[in-house]
Amino acid sequence: MTDAPAASPQPLLSVQALEGWYGESHVLHGMTFDVASGEVVSLLGRNGAGKTTTLRAIIGVLGKRRGSVTCAGVETIGMPARSIARLGVGYVPEERGIFAGLSVQENLTLPPKLRPGGMDLEQIYRLFPNLKERARSPGTKLSGGEQQMLAIARILRTGSKLILLDEPTEGLAPVIVERIAEVIQRLKADGYTIILVEQNLRFAQSIAGRFVVVEQGRVVDAISNESGCRLHQLHAYLGV
Amino acid sequence: MSTIFGIPSNALFSQLLVGLINGSFYAMLSLGLSIIFGLLNVINFAHGAMYMAGAFVAWILLNEAGIGYWWSLLLAPLVVGLFGAAFERLLLARLYKIDHLYSLLLTFGLALIIQGSFRQVYGSSGLPYAIPAALSGGQKLPFMFLPNYRAWVVVASLSVCVATWLLIEKTKLGAYLRAATENPALVEAFGVNVSLLRTMTYAFGVGLAGLAGVLAAPIYSVSPSMGADTVIVVFAIVVIGGMGSILGSIVTGFGLGLIEGMTKVFYPQAASTAVFVIMALVLIMKPAGLFGRAS
Ligand SMILES: Nc1ncnc2c1ncn2[C@@H]1O[C@H](COP(=O)(O)OP(=O)(O)OP(=O)(O)O)[C@@H](O)[C@H]1O
Ligand SMILES: [Mg+2]
Repeated sequence: MTDAPAASPQPLLSVQALEGWYGESHVLHGMTFDVASGEVVSLLGRNGAGKTTTLRAIIGVLGKRRGSVTCAGVETIGMPARSIARLGVGYVPEERGIFAGLSVQENLTLPPKLRPGGMDLEQIYRLFPNLKERARSPGTKLSGGEQQMLAIARILRTGSKLILLDEPTEGLAPVIVERIAEVIQRLKADGYTIILVEQNLRFAQSIAGRFVVVEQGRVVDAISNESGCRLHQLHAYLGV
Repeated sequence: MSTIFGIPSNALFSQLLVGLINGSFYAMLSLGLSIIFGLLNVINFAHGAMYMAGAFVAWILLNEAGIGYWWSLLLAPLVVGLFGAAFERLLLARLYKIDHLYSLLLTFGLALIIQGSFRQVYGSSGLPYAIPAALSGGQKLPFMFLPNYRAWVVVASLSVCVATWLLIEKTKLGAYLRAATENPALVEAFGVNVSLLRTMTYAFGVGLAGLAGVLAAPIYSVSPSMGADTVIVVFAIVVIGGMGSILGSIVTGFGLGLIEGMTKVFYPQAASTAVFVIMALVLIMKPAGLFGRAS
C-alpha cells in the first residue's frame, strides 16, 4: 500500500493507532504515520477527514485522545499540551489564532522560547518585513496573509524544530501563497521538520517530500513526491 | 454659605468625597472580579467574603499579634491571596470543564462558609479598627474638611488600579493573561502553564479584594457582613463596565461611586437603586457593557 520508505530507524514523530474524540463524537480511528527529522510531510484529505483533528491530537489540545504519539522517542499521549510543546513542537492552527488583545509584536513574542536555536526578532523581521511596520497595531488588524505570516513567525522564535502547519494558504491571494511557499522552503532548507495540512495540491507538491492521505480519521495511503506515476492518485483521493 | 443648584456646597463636596471613597472600593473589587471572570470564566461570589476577610486579617493581626496597619496592607492581601490560591487549586480548578453554574455555586458556598465562620467567632456587630496615627486628622479646604485617611484611600486605590492596569497591559505576564483570556488552549499549546496562570490570577484578584478590605477597615467597622452588601453593587459595576474589561472596571467603579454620591444629594430616595437602573439601561443599549468587546 505504501511505497514511501520508512525514512530513518528513529522517526522524529511517530503516530501509532491514534484515536481522537470531540466529546462523544469519535473522529480519529487509528491514525498511523511517521515523520523523519527534516522531512516535510503533507496531510491530504477531503473536508472533514480529520487532518486538523490529527494536528490537535499531536499537540495535545484535543479533549480526548488515545493510542501513541512519540516525539523524539518520548511518549506524549499522557502529557498536557504545554509539555508536548516544550519537546520542541510548534503549532500554527488553521484559524491562525492571532490574539486581538495583543499587538503584533506581543503576538510575536508571546510563545516562550522553549529550546535554543530559535530565530531572534531581527531575523524574523527580516523574513517578514510587513510585521515590523505593523509591530504596534493590534494583531487582528493585519490582513489575512499577514496574520498567517505572524502565526508562522511567532513559532520560529521558540526554537521548535517540528512545526505543525494547518492550511497556511487557505483563503489567501496567489502572491501571498508564493511568499508563504518561499518561507516554508527556507525552513525546510534550514532543517525544520514540518507537517503540512493542505487542500492546495499544487502548493503541497511544491514543498512536501511525502503525502499522507487521510480519510475518515484513518491513513489510507502514503505517496512519495518522487513516485511520479502515483501522484495522479492524489487527485482522485481529493476528488478534484 | 455658598450653594450649588440649591445645595449647600460643603454638603455637595462631602457627598462627592463619600462617592469617591465608595468608588475606590468598587474599582478595586470590580477589577479583581473582572480579571478572574476574564480568565477563569468564574463569577466569583466569594469576592465580598474575601474583602471582609482582608479586613478581619488586619484586625486580627493588630489585636492578636500587635502588627499594625502598614504591615497589614502587605500581609492581609498575601494571606487572602494564598488562601485563594489554595482554594482555586484544590477545588475550583476541578470545575472548569463542567457547567459554569457549578463554579458559581462553589464560590457562593465558600462565601457563606467564610462569613459564617467569622460570625461564629467574632459575632455580627462591627469591630472598630483605628485610623493609623500617621493618617489621622485632616485638611481644612476652603469648601470642606478633608480627612487625611480618606484622601489616602482614594490615592492608594487609584495607584493600585493604575499599577494593575500597567501590569496587565504592559508586561509579558499581562500578555499571557490577555492571550489566555482569549484562547487558553492555544496559549497552553505554546508551552505556557495556563493552570498556574489561573491560580495566580485568582490569588491576585482576591488579594486585591483583601487589600480593599484593609483599606476599608478604619472607615467602616470590621464585620462579617461588610462584603455582602458591597459585592452586589460591584457585580452591577462589572456588568456596566463590561465583563472582563480592565479599564472598564476601574472607570466604572470610580464613576458609579460618584454618581451614587450625587444621587444621595439630589434624590436620596434613589441612592441605592441608581446603580441598578444604570445597569439595566446599559444592558438594553450596550449588552456587552460600556467597555466590553461584543463577541
Ligand atoms: N469542535 C468540534 N466538535 C465536534 N466535531 C468536530 C469539531 N471540529 C471538527 N469536528 C468534526 O470532526 C471531523 C474532522 O474534522 P477536522 O476539522 O479534523 O477535518 P479536516 O480534515 O481538518 O477538514 P478541513 O479540510 O475542512 O479543515 C469532521 O467530521 C468535523 O465535523
Ligand atoms: Mg482542517
